[in-house]
Amino acid sequence: MGKIFFYAALALVVVSGLIFAPAEAKLAIHPMDQFQVSALFGDHISWYTPTNVTLWMALAVAAVFALLVLGSSRRAIVPGRAQSVAELAYGFIYKMVEDVAGKDGVKFFPYIMTLFMFIVMANFLGLIPGSFTTTSHIAVTAVLAALVFVTVTVVGFVKNGVGFLGLFWVSSAPLALRPVLAIIELISYFVRPVSHSIRLAGNVMAGHAVLKVFAGFAAALGMFSFLPIFAITAVYALEVLVAFIQAYVFTILTCVYLKDALHPSH
Amino acid sequence: MASNTQEAAHGGGSAMPQLDFSTFGNQIFWLVVALVVIYLILSRVALPRIAAVLAERQGTITNDLAAAEDLKAKAVEAENAYNKALADARAEAQRIAAETRAEIQAGLDEAIAKADEQIAAKAAESEKAIAEIKAGALESVKAVATDTAEALVSALGGSADKDAIATAVAERTKG
Repeated sequence: MGKIFFYAALALVVVSGLIFAPAEAKLAIHPMDQFQVSALFGDHISWYTPTNVTLWMALAVAAVFALLVLGSSRRAIVPGRAQSVAELAYGFIYKMVEDVAGKDGVKFFPYIMTLFMFIVMANFLGLIPGSFTTTSHIAVTAVLAALVFVTVTVVGFVKNGVGFLGLFWVSSAPLALRPVLAIIELISYFVRPVSHSIRLAGNVMAGHAVLKVFAGFAAALGMFSFLPIFAITAVYALEVLVAFIQAYVFTILTCVYLKDALHPSH
Repeated sequence: MASNTQEAAHGGGSAMPQLDFSTFGNQIFWLVVALVVIYLILSRVALPRIAAVLAERQGTITNDLAAAEDLKAKAVEAENAYNKALADARAEAQRIAAETRAEIQAGLDEAIAKADEQIAAKAAESEKAIAEIKAGALESVKAVATDTAEALVSALGGSADKDAIATAVAERTKG
């Protein structure tokens, strides 16, 4: 049955490409247009203007609310689907925090869960055709990464005092090498938020741009439009994976950084 | 170019909207709002509730397991009691059967002895009666013989001495 539908869909794509191919094929690729921030009402954008960013972030909040609050509202001992997913997400992040950051990292669980749920929902909402992907913007991921960086640094100094600087002093290395290593460690520490934020935004942006590039090819290829459309399907599947994996990577790195702050000794 | 005019309409100048710094304030503001809202939703409602549900489920599972363990022990106990009762009943039945058998045997023996005794008494009585009858018959034979002898003697014209006849009969009938 599934196979029949699959082949029917394939045939539909090919045939519709043959029928509806534009008379004059033109290459019009604007992969970056989808990332345009625009005001919902009017043209001017100031810091408080409701924009498509506002809309899609609100939808992400609504999705988090629907999954974790409405999904668990029945408090069933034997959970339904939504409650199962909510519990799965809870257990997944809780175990991650506990395993990576340690027992004393658990009190940061709500904070880390917030980051994960926001990123994963924003990523998946961004996969809806025509939507706006908030996590594809450096401004957003940089703030997320900076929040983690500041939190981790503050927690590190509050918990360990000056001992937190031991993170940069590799006591297992020969004494002569330690100052050099300290400089390298210091640089890597400050590069963390950069890689942390660019990894997320870069992956999401690249995937979405590739989808748009293939879409442009589809418009230009006329009756052979089905080729890029199949490619889009494949890339889309990959992007579904990336949407989750990047949220996971961002979260687990947060846990690793938090572990460094809680237990700075090498 | 179409894209350039579109970007210009939105106030951006860069080919990458990500690098259009004029929208950064807007994005950061709404991001912070979204994060704060999610954090409040999670820490106030969602996470405590899910934690409670998970803890409750764990408790239910633990309780159910303990109850199952209890019931299992009870079942084993009941089975043992049943087996014991069965063995007891079997032993009792065997005892009762043996007892009854012994009782019946005793009654039987008694009845046989009694019957034997009765048979013996009856036999003795019969023997006695037979002896009597035998004796009676001998007596009659004697009397008949005497009478016949007398009659024979008188018929022959003699006169018989009674004592002589009696002696002669007694001699002959002796055997």
